[in-house]
Amino acid sequence: MSDPSQRFVADHVGGLPRSGIRDFFAIVSAMPQAISLGIGEPDFVTPWHIREAAIFALEKGKTSYTDNLGLVRLRTEITRYVENNFGLSYHPEKEVLVAVGVSEALDIALRAVLNPGDKVLYHEPCYVSYMPSIRLAHAEPIAVSTSAEDAFGIDPDKVAAAWEPGCKVLLLNFPTNPTGGVTERAKLEQLARFAVEKDLLVISDEIYSELTFEGEHVSIATLSGMQERTIFLHGFSKAFAMTGFRIGYACGPQSLIEAMMKIHQYSMLCAPILSQEAAIEALKNGTPAVERMKEAYARRRELIVRRFNEMGLKCHLPRGSFYAFPSVEVSGMESIDFCKGLLEQAEVAIVPGTAFGPGGAGFARASFSTSYERILEATDRIERYLETVGSPVRV
Amino acid sequence: MSTVLQLLIEGERLDTAQMATILDLPEADVSAELKRLQAEHVLLGWRPVLNPERVQEDAVRAVIEVRISPEREGGFDRLAARIGQFDAVESCYLMSGSYDLLLFAKGNDLREVATFVSERLASVEGVLSTATHFMLRAYKEQGHLLLSPTESGEKPAVSP
Repeated sequence: MSDPSQRFVADHVGGLPRSGIRDFFAIVSAMPQAISLGIGEPDFVTPWHIREAAIFALEKGKTSYTDNLGLVRLRTEITRYVENNFGLSYHPEKEVLVAVGVSEALDIALRAVLNPGDKVLYHEPCYVSYMPSIRLAHAEPIAVSTSAEDAFGIDPDKVAAAWEPGCKVLLLNFPTNPTGGVTERAKLEQLARFAVEKDLLVISDEIYSELTFEGEHVSIATLSGMQERTIFLHGFSKAFAMTGFRIGYACGPQSLIEAMMKIHQYSMLCAPILSQEAAIEALKNGTPAVERMKEAYARRRELIVRRFNEMGLKCHLPRGSFYAFPSVEVSGMESIDFCKGLLEQAEVAIVPGTAFGPGGAGFARASFSTSYERILEATDRIERYLETVGSPVRV
Repeated sequence: MSTVLQLLIEGERLDTAQMATILDLPEADVSAELKRLQAEHVLLGWRPVLNPERVQEDAVRAVIEVRISPEREGGFDRLAARIGQFDAVESCYLMSGSYDLLLFAKGNDLREVATFVSERLASVEGVLSTATHFMLRAYKEQGHLLLSPTESGEKPAVSP
């Protein structure tokens, strides 16, 4: 019998599907001995000098609220970092908002700009929160699929084909979680022209940008006519291994930042001050540690992708992030069944692609943010599992 | 830097077959590279990193500052090599500052290290003075924290 209190849940919340990741997490949690390639965060602990900055701030008694937009010292460091690394110039006091992770920044950006019934174009497979966040903002998500053939970069023609009257926002995430896909400059330029033509606001989540392994990372906000119509989202979780600090930021035109700030001040009020102090240290002195971690990811990326392809799980080389996204179609199984079977029979956890939207069907996400030993053991087990469930074609 | 050496420096325990898989090289090439590194004295040995608090509980470790006379030909090298020959000396470095050589020494007990310093080291011609400091406790060993290792056990096994 259903819980009678269910009647109090708002329709648009009740209608949201449960996160596929949460369901899978429940299964994996019951098997602590399994090797997990399912974590969506760095295997590294936050560099000590950053942790130490948070401890020092606590010792100094920095336990108060901050300005709603975040500490000015942090916003100043953010504008310096964004200018140096992305070539984007923002005013620290008017065009930057410090949020509780990019997740909050995305949520308030969507809520600040969308009216009920507005439509949002986004690419899929994508981070688990995009579609629900759009729906929670009472808007309509329009997914544009990306494919392995394009290494999960976006095809601007597909975006144009998916456009319909009422589209207000184009939501991008490159490099992409879960596919590691990036989109090169020429296609971003085509997208930018399309955004100008259709008067779209672009929300660009660039949380994995430091983990771009080859080629330059291009922010769409740098392209002609785009900064005035782009909310640039970034944070500290991935590059600086600071997931638990829950800190990110948004840069954009003053009126949009002001609108986001209204929601932020009445909900979060401000990001935690200790995390803000740690973030200042990360921006000032964290780059060498980011480079070291990136080199470690790069070496592991080559290994895991090669092993997947050797065993017949076709896998493109992700150009960013720390995720491989192999196809499991050769097994003849649905990705959820493949992953459940793999967990039960071989005790290896990878995340079914469908957790990242219907476009992830036939794929699975495997994080390579872990030790060589675990990658070697996990891929050996996946290979043996594959031999028991089907007759993969060797390539 | 050789990719094989880079992999060794990363510090995971890997056999040559695993190294070959990681580096996408034939196992024979990895073995040949390891031999070359040893032959050229780039790679000197394979000792594990041990927690001194958990092994050799009776062993005594000391650092010894040594002042020596430089020689007309060879500077400090001949004496440093001679001192470095002693089994008790694990490492020997030429330093800037108020002394010349810094030795990391080890013995089965305090008396053994003291005997080494007074009878062997101090009596070497050219050694002007020594100052011995005994180690009391190890807090960090070659990059590994011993007292409060990082804990990340509560990290969810699957996350978005």
